[in-house]
Amino acid sequence: MPSKLHEWIVTVDHKRLGIMYIATSLFFFALAGVLAALMRAQLAFPNGTLVPPAVFNRLLTVHGTTMVFLVGMPFFAGLANYLVPLMIGARDMAFPRLNAFGYWMFLFGGLLLYFSYIGAEGLAGHGTAPDVGWFAYAPLTERAFSRGTSTDYWILSIIISGIGTTASAINVIVTVISMRCKGMKLARMPLFVWLMLVVSAMVVMALPPLSAAQIMLLLDRYLGAHFFDTQAGGSAVLWQHFFWLFGHPEVYILVIPGFACVSEIIPVFSRKPIFGRAAMIGATVAIGMVSVSVWAHHMFAVGMAPSSNIFFVGSTMLVGIPTGIKIFNWLATMYGGKLRFDTPMLFCVGFLFQFLIAGLTGIMLAAAPLNWQLTDSYFVVAHFHYTLIGGMLFALFGGLYYWFPKATGKMLSETLGKCHFWLLVIGFHMTFDTLHFAGILGMPRRIYTYAAGRGWEGLNLVASIGVIFQAAGVACLIWNIIRSVRKGAPAGNDPWDAWTLEWATASPPPEYNFAVEPEVRSSRPLWDLKHPEDPDWKYE
Amino acid sequence: MAGPGPIGRIRDDLPIYASSGSEDSVGPQLGGVRVLLEQYRAAGIHSVSHDFHPDGRHEMLNETNRDEVRAKLLNWDLSGSRPNKHHRTALFTYVRRSVKRKLSGMKFSLRAFNLCLSLVTLGAAQSVHSVGNIFKPQATPAESVYHLSMLVMMVCAAIFLTVAGLLTFTIIRFRGKAGDDREPAQVYGSDRIEIAWTVIPILIVLVLTMATARVVIAIQNKQAPKDALQVTVIGHQWWWEIRYPDLGIVTANELHVPVSTLAKPAVTFLKLQSADVAHSFWVPQLSGKTDLIPNRTNTMWIDPRQEGTFLGNCAEYCGMQHANMLLRVIVQSPAEFGKWAASQERNALGDSHIDAGRVAFLSLSCVNCHRVSGTPAVGTFGPDLSHVMSRDTLGAGVIRNTPENLRAWVKDPQVIKPGNLMPNMQLNSVELDEVVAYLSSLK
Repeated sequence: MPSKLHEWIVTVDHKRLGIMYIATSLFFFALAGVLAALMRAQLAFPNGTLVPPAVFNRLLTVHGTTMVFLVGMPFFAGLANYLVPLMIGARDMAFPRLNAFGYWMFLFGGLLLYFSYIGAEGLAGHGTAPDVGWFAYAPLTERAFSRGTSTDYWILSIIISGIGTTASAINVIVTVISMRCKGMKLARMPLFVWLMLVVSAMVVMALPPLSAAQIMLLLDRYLGAHFFDTQAGGSAVLWQHFFWLFGHPEVYILVIPGFACVSEIIPVFSRKPIFGRAAMIGATVAIGMVSVSVWAHHMFAVGMAPSSNIFFVGSTMLVGIPTGIKIFNWLATMYGGKLRFDTPMLFCVGFLFQFLIAGLTGIMLAAAPLNWQLTDSYFVVAHFHYTLIGGMLFALFGGLYYWFPKATGKMLSETLGKCHFWLLVIGFHMTFDTLHFAGILGMPRRIYTYAAGRGWEGLNLVASIGVIFQAAGVACLIWNIIRSVRKGAPAGNDPWDAWTLEWATASPPPEYNFAVEPEVRSSRPLWDLKHPEDPDWKYE
Repeated sequence: MAGPGPIGRIRDDLPIYASSGSEDSVGPQLGGVRVLLEQYRAAGIHSVSHDFHPDGRHEMLNETNRDEVRAKLLNWDLSGSRPNKHHRTALFTYVRRSVKRKLSGMKFSLRAFNLCLSLVTLGAAQSVHSVGNIFKPQATPAESVYHLSMLVMMVCAAIFLTVAGLLTFTIIRFRGKAGDDREPAQVYGSDRIEIAWTVIPILIVLVLTMATARVVIAIQNKQAPKDALQVTVIGHQWWWEIRYPDLGIVTANELHVPVSTLAKPAVTFLKLQSADVAHSFWVPQLSGKTDLIPNRTNTMWIDPRQEGTFLGNCAEYCGMQHANMLLRVIVQSPAEFGKWAASQERNALGDSHIDAGRVAFLSLSCVNCHRVSGTPAVGTFGPDLSHVMSRDTLGAGVIRNTPENLRAWVKDPQVIKPGNLMPNMQLNSVELDEVVAYLSSLK
């Protein structure tokens, strides 16, 4: 085996594992994107016959499952593993072998999910790729209604790849607590590290309810238990409570790494420190804590008592406040600055507008009676794609452009970056702005086709055309990466004139990261070095 | 009306006008009407005129071009033969009462009078509200949601304009100039500003939560008035079982309710249950959705204030044919509702001429799943078929209830709705004819 490949397979170096996590999640992103494109092709016209219902229902399930568990979460793991040790002046993560173990479990879980497409047919000849929706409501997942092995692939692939995410989370927490360099008190850690710490705590807190519920479902399916088996007195709503107790913190787990990228990029490209550091940290911790109390806003239509519904209205609107505060703080960071609109910053600006809209449609959905109309419709589909693409993905792409030079020593092309950005903006808005209206006009989600005359045709056609632009944008990114890895302009240590420790070492960093352990006196050690007349530690 | 015998008895000087839509599937399309008009002309009737309307369907007086249709009807020249240059025709034959003016002095035979007044009845072809816009409520729950949503959206719009406006201003105003490398003032924060933009959102959230709470309580805590119509809806994969326990009615997929007016309010209370997996009842113009969850009973209510048919969908993914688990709420005047209920309550009719069909139906395994009241067929797995011909659609809204579609469905439902739980019963053509004839008689 070529020695280079061998090195990558046996590596425990956090930087290599970080790159592997991100590259693999981009691969699954492209795969799930193709699944989405097929769905949108089927829905472009009423009474479509491109994709039969059985196939469509598997597409929607595998698309959602992939994007959440095989793209979003590994991207967090990749960014955290790569950057946290560098940003705190450490040599590696606290548990390098656990790190490697986590990556390979993630990869295996992902491959297991896709293996379901070609695995042997289960009982009664039913299809094997999961087709129960990414949140797999009971009792549709019970043996009576989900014959064959598709649901089992769903359960096992998520449990296995979840081991990777949990391992990363534990690793981040221990690393942050015990491996900060001299002078780096917790309060002086970069915001990126703080946010990754909060995400890691949320992972440790939120994944267990999902794993527990999935194990209970396995017990139902194979050992005769009846937790969610309504035909024997079990509770369908119990599954929903377990799932969303995981599911809501999960969406913050997905988006906060995006916040982390944005919190590093905006200050550098505004040439100002982040506005209100303490509030940003406090707001994120608040989001983490309050997010476990909002889960049943996914269940407003289930028929809970008014007092329960009202509680979740209140808690959901409450969690919007720290999120809103962060938007204000980013805005205030830019205000009065000297803004540079290189590609990382373009993505952050897109993020700000889009996440603002996403948050506001979230407030609309928090009003339970309005939720009774809009839940399970394309309005919700549009809302969460706004948070996940318009918010998380734009922010992560910004981070990719920002840290790619550090990881590879080469700059990505600005021209291709701008093409990527604008194509994505055009396509994203074509698709998801229009889908809000489809929901308002009564279009439910997860339908493989619809009749003409419901007011949905034009909207769906426009939404489907938007996919072409988004795909073109992603193609620009992939070409940009391939081209720049080989012949991008050399980056140097600090191409962006930034202030955190990762820019103090070579690009790419040597295996040991820092030749001498850094010592810091503020949250922006490189600012202090570059501006000895006006260092941060005078003000912090 | 269409045989040579009856046509021969129509007086020659009776003006006839046909107004028909080219897309009407009763007919089908213009075929039947054209044949009929030729028969009238062949029988010697002097004035046979028509308008055929392209893209029009069955109910031309309420079609999208109804003004044109009505204008043409009112301009119908009863004085004699009218040039038939335009081949645009609406579907039903209509004879105006003001025929009296031109036909004064003619003798009306009872038959001719009956013929004059024979309309192809509108039947259930009241207007179909097929676009379920949540912002066009037609019942109290949907209307309460609408008012709340206006408040919430105004607040959200104000926040958006403020923040997006500031963002746009900032991007333009503070754009860095090329070559300018000086760092701007390093501002770390401002306690006053940060407290302000924490407190103001908290107050907004408080107001919105309270406004929302009021609507939640109003909708969820409504008590059923004594004269409320009680309906139980049971979700199945992939159809709706609808029972009126007080009226002894069992039907499927189409919920008939009386219209609610100021003079005579009429509330319908729904009990929602499921026979298998989770479903959700959503007719946007009438109410927000409520889930049907097995092992649990939910309730909701509606008081539709406009007559017509409202379309809805199952809104909780329930398996293969979730997309085709469609809902129709048919809102009728109290009189019409009473007539419908009476016809549903009695045992299935069935034409004695088609005993062969009934025998076939009862001896084939149809009875394992389907019920026909007044017969030994008492299956409950599939929809009750006692009055299946009274419904607009088959297969839970997936096809219109026409003779061809009925035959196609019974022949092989898997072609029309793949994966649905009625298998291809492998009927030979004789059995198929007999069963379809029998089902066609179940009005």
